[in-house]
Amino acid sequence: MGLDFTVVPAHLDIILLGCAWTIGIAVAAALLSFFGGIVFAVIALYAPWIIRQPFRLLEWVFMGTPLLLQLFLIYFGLVQIGIDLPAFVAGIIGLGLHFAVYNSELIQTAILSVDKGQMEAARTVGLSRGQALRKVVIPQAVRDVIPPIGNNMIALLKDSALVSVIGVSELTLSAQRAIGATYRPFEFYLVAALFYYAINLCMEWVQRRIERRIAISR
Amino acid sequence: MSDKSHFVEIRHAQKSFGALEVLKDISLNVERGQIVAIIGPSGSGKSTLLRAINDLDPLTGGEVWLDGVQVNKNLPHRQYEKHINEMRQDVGMVFQHFNLFPHLTARENVTMAPKMLKGLSSAEADKLAEEQLEKVGMLDRIEYYPSRLSGGQKQRVAIARALAMKPKLMLFDEATSALDPELVDEVNAVMKKLAEEHMTMIIVTHEMDFAASVCDRVLFMDQGVVVEEGPPSVVFKNPSKDRTKEFLRKHLAGAN
Repeated sequence: MGLDFTVVPAHLDIILLGCAWTIGIAVAAALLSFFGGIVFAVIALYAPWIIRQPFRLLEWVFMGTPLLLQLFLIYFGLVQIGIDLPAFVAGIIGLGLHFAVYNSELIQTAILSVDKGQMEAARTVGLSRGQALRKVVIPQAVRDVIPPIGNNMIALLKDSALVSVIGVSELTLSAQRAIGATYRPFEFYLVAALFYYAINLCMEWVQRRIERRIAISR
Repeated sequence: MSDKSHFVEIRHAQKSFGALEVLKDISLNVERGQIVAIIGPSGSGKSTLLRAINDLDPLTGGEVWLDGVQVNKNLPHRQYEKHINEMRQDVGMVFQHFNLFPHLTARENVTMAPKMLKGLSSAEADKLAEEQLEKVGMLDRIEYYPSRLSGGQKQRVAIARALAMKPKLMLFDEATSALDPELVDEVNAVMKKLAEEHMTMIIVTHEMDFAASVCDRVLFMDQGVVVEEGPPSVVFKNPSKDRTKEFLRKHLAGAN
């Protein structure tokens, strides 16, 4: 039995809807992971011990355990203590925090490698430490880590398929639904793969544009 | 401000890094409009002394006073931060390696602090940037990022950035040491211009000719103490201490 893609158009609406969910979740989680990464990095480097230590624990949980388990914990576990999140919100938080921890590692290294003279120059014109971090050090650090963060974001997009297990009808789950109706797994998984690849190309394009803008100021 | 107090007053400055004592009981007064050069071999503590004036390298003993206010006064941490940030607005500093903000244009380098700290509007800040960059001869590069400027141009922008806060005092920490020889003059010319405007300046430098032509007073430091101090005509032409003579002899031999 060969491949028969004529079954696809009839179910394209469900695939496209899944695609939209994947993009929405990935973009929201990417933003959370980016800004969360900056916040985590600043906490890890500058917060007092009493705040830093709980964050270490959080960092350990997100780096040392499977993302799938984290999604289960956030979606099914939190209900038990009265936090009942919609599945897509749980998915965004799980993905976002998981990658925020990885982004934070990158940003910490980048912050530490910004020349010490930058902080000094900012302080000598009268900026406080916080102002100097915000306006001088962090923008330069973030600029340096755009390429590796871009890699993390591509990993994030691919791992967004995991939120299908908590029932979010994103691309992978939509493909499975179409397969359930047609019994054509090969065709629909290939179509889903094609969409993931297309989204990835878009993300790379955005990343290249950002890098090019940054390159102007180098 | 009483009559007897000086514009900048350093009283018994002492600084140690662990067991290493880099400043040993240094006292120094600078009057408004005066230009003082600090010379000496590397490791003599001259940069440390300069950086103590705006508390970039806090002293371990002694006091720094600026315009009747103690810079390094004893305050609880938060209050001290607020106090020192305010003091620093009055003290411009120029570094050996420029330390321009590479992610900002020349204009933005100059306008950032006035906008953030003095609440200038964008229009006011732009006007200020144009004035200051004009003064250092960099108006035609106002939209350039530092990466596209030469060392001398970077340093001139860095001077404009410091001047934009309208400081009462300017500190120069080997401002021309990292420059190619042919770029030194353009920076020196800007510093001379400031001197003509009677800006109070304290200059750590290796350039004896420049120090001799611009400064009212020269301090020769070695191993954490002021060995000799006086007008350049005396310190350079007719030093009384052997260590000063030896330093100048070596330095001039090296320069030629």
